Amino acid sequence: MEFLTIIQILDSTVRLATPLLLACLAGLYSERAGIFDIGLEGKMLMAAFFSAAVAAVTGNVWLGLLAGIASSLLLAGLHGVASITFRGNQLISGVAINFLAAGMTVLIAQDWFQQGGRTPSLFSGGRFTPITLPFADSLSGVPVLGPVYSELLSGHSVLVYIAFLAVPATWWILFRTRFGLRLRAVGENPAAVDTAGVSVVGLRYGAVMICGLLCGIAGAYLATALQAGFVKDMTAGRGFIALAALIFAKWRPWHAMGACLLFGLLQAIALRFQNIQLGGIVIPVQAMDALPYVLTVVILAGFVGKAIPPRAGGEPYVKER
Amino acid sequence: MDKMPKWADVVLIPLISLILAALLSALVILGIGEDPVAAVKLMVNGALGSTYGWGYTLYYATNFMFTGLAVAVAAHAGLFNIGGEGQAMLGGLGVALVCLLIPWPHWTLALAFAALGAGIFGAAWAAIPAYLQAKRGSHIVITTIMFNFIAAAVLNYVLVNVLRPEGSMDPATERFPQAVHLPSLHELLAPIGINFSKSAPANVSLLVAMGACLFVWLLIWRTPLGYEIRSLGKSEPGARYAGISSVRTVMIAMLISGALAGMMAVNNVMGEAERLVLNATEGAGFIGIAVALMGRNHPFGVFLAAILFGFLYQGGAELALWTSIPRELIVVIQALVILFTGALDNMVRMPLEKIFLAVRRGQN
Repeated sequence: MEFLTIIQILDSTVRLATPLLLACLAGLYSERAGIFDIGLEGKMLMAAFFSAAVAAVTGNVWLGLLAGIASSLLLAGLHGVASITFRGNQLISGVAINFLAAGMTVLIAQDWFQQGGRTPSLFSGGRFTPITLPFADSLSGVPVLGPVYSELLSGHSVLVYIAFLAVPATWWILFRTRFGLRLRAVGENPAAVDTAGVSVVGLRYGAVMICGLLCGIAGAYLATALQAGFVKDMTAGRGFIALAALIFAKWRPWHAMGACLLFGLLQAIALRFQNIQLGGIVIPVQAMDALPYVLTVVILAGFVGKAIPPRAGGEPYVKER
Repeated sequence: MDKMPKWADVVLIPLISLILAALLSALVILGIGEDPVAAVKLMVNGALGSTYGWGYTLYYATNFMFTGLAVAVAAHAGLFNIGGEGQAMLGGLGVALVCLLIPWPHWTLALAFAALGAGIFGAAWAAIPAYLQAKRGSHIVITTIMFNFIAAAVLNYVLVNVLRPEGSMDPATERFPQAVHLPSLHELLAPIGINFSKSAPANVSLLVAMGACLFVWLLIWRTPLGYEIRSLGKSEPGARYAGISSVRTVMIAMLISGALAGMMAVNNVMGEAERLVLNATEGAGFIGIAVALMGRNHPFGVFLAAILFGFLYQGGAELALWTSIPRELIVVIQALVILFTGALDNMVRMPLEKIFLAVRRGQN
């Protein structure tokens, strides 16, 4: 395989890994605080629609991003009300949010734009444009490192860099701040946090809202950077791949980045080649599609390093018994 | 002492949740500039106003009975089987293999073995998540979600590369032979003088689904196994103390659940399409969640909720046909039903419990 082909595949890996990474970190905050979230998909979808819709109407992608984040936060708030305030089943709430987003986005899109559940295509001002890193053009002639810098690292939209900067930020918040310590504690033993006089409800709402914020960015990236506009069901299971990556990474930020890059690579390969020939054996494209899920099941099964979720995950906290 | 009488738990709470979901749906319809009253009239007319409408309503309801029962049986064991979609897809594969590989002399035999094949394939697809839950403690919700996606990939591969007839571009199997054609309600009801619509897809599988409701009721409330399943669902330590093997019970409950979801294929693959196509399940596996929640995991409740959702599906199709309301309205209604009967259950329950307690105190 040619060097340039590899660079191109890795470049599209970064692009495809970005929404996974943002959603995966979103899930990380929520689940570390003890709130399971299988509604990542729905929040991303809702954000994708509203960011594209507002960007299409105003022609300003930043307003679109804000609208996407706001819509995702709204759903996150709903998840919080259902699973924290009313102590409902977090999984069922997530399922409901996914369906709500799948239905509402098409319903509103049809009402606003009459284009069969999509938004108009976004033009220059309505999209995040690639950023050229300093000296990218002048360095592109340098062998090996030149293309790596100018093709692979440079030329992504600002949200890609935000996503990858969110990884060390998340690590720092979770493992080096008081808020992070409490957030992790509330996912392991909420009663202890409560005894220490810290609000379990407040911490969990905080985590769920951070999750909504990141899902909002992920959705906006899908509709305004990766693609130019919203189409029905455009998240296409990415929220669940992110969930898989989260388990694969065993709820740790740096590993989450690794898992998302791996799953992004699988998507990039599946996108570029239909069937892959490996020494006489043909790997069908469907196997590439299924691989993230299969890997996650293997990890969950505990045959290759067991994945143990935060202990209080999924349990509503009841103060007095 | 219970905080509420049983009828309030079984009837009142679902009813209030349903009314809340309906009110919000009406607001959504108003929001997109349509008239909710006219929409409801159109839905009722389209879904229940003719035997054609009923034929579609009952066809969808048959699918939802199977998937609703699947979710309900797992729920009695304290398990959330979100993988009905994947299990139903694999059930379709089972039905297709049974119908295509064996030359059946009569549809009755074919139906029995197709149901068996669908059940075995669906159960097999539930078996791995069940084993991982029972033995390795992997969360069954996550594994069954993953298995939905894996099932979609498997079906895609099999239909594109294996079962697609030569020369066909369409990723689907060839048509099943005429001998395995299931009689539609039109053919079943004509001899007794009822003129049921010829073009509606409801078929004899409806009776199979009703039989499955009865079977689940007997299983859960009239057999030792059902008692074990319910004990496990109420309290795992309690069940273990009573000598019930949780591994065995989880496995059996999930196998039955997967088999029920798989058997949906008798209706949609064998009864309607008469060949296996991509995405034959059309999300029915997920609607099973709403149906089971709405029906309070009781087979009779599932039966009623399945007909309600069948009505919504057919009514929604009519709406999409005659108004500018897209079919996705049904997805929104489904989401609201799941939200109110499932996740926000306590929002309705807590105030009601207070009212009932206050009334009781007033009486004493």
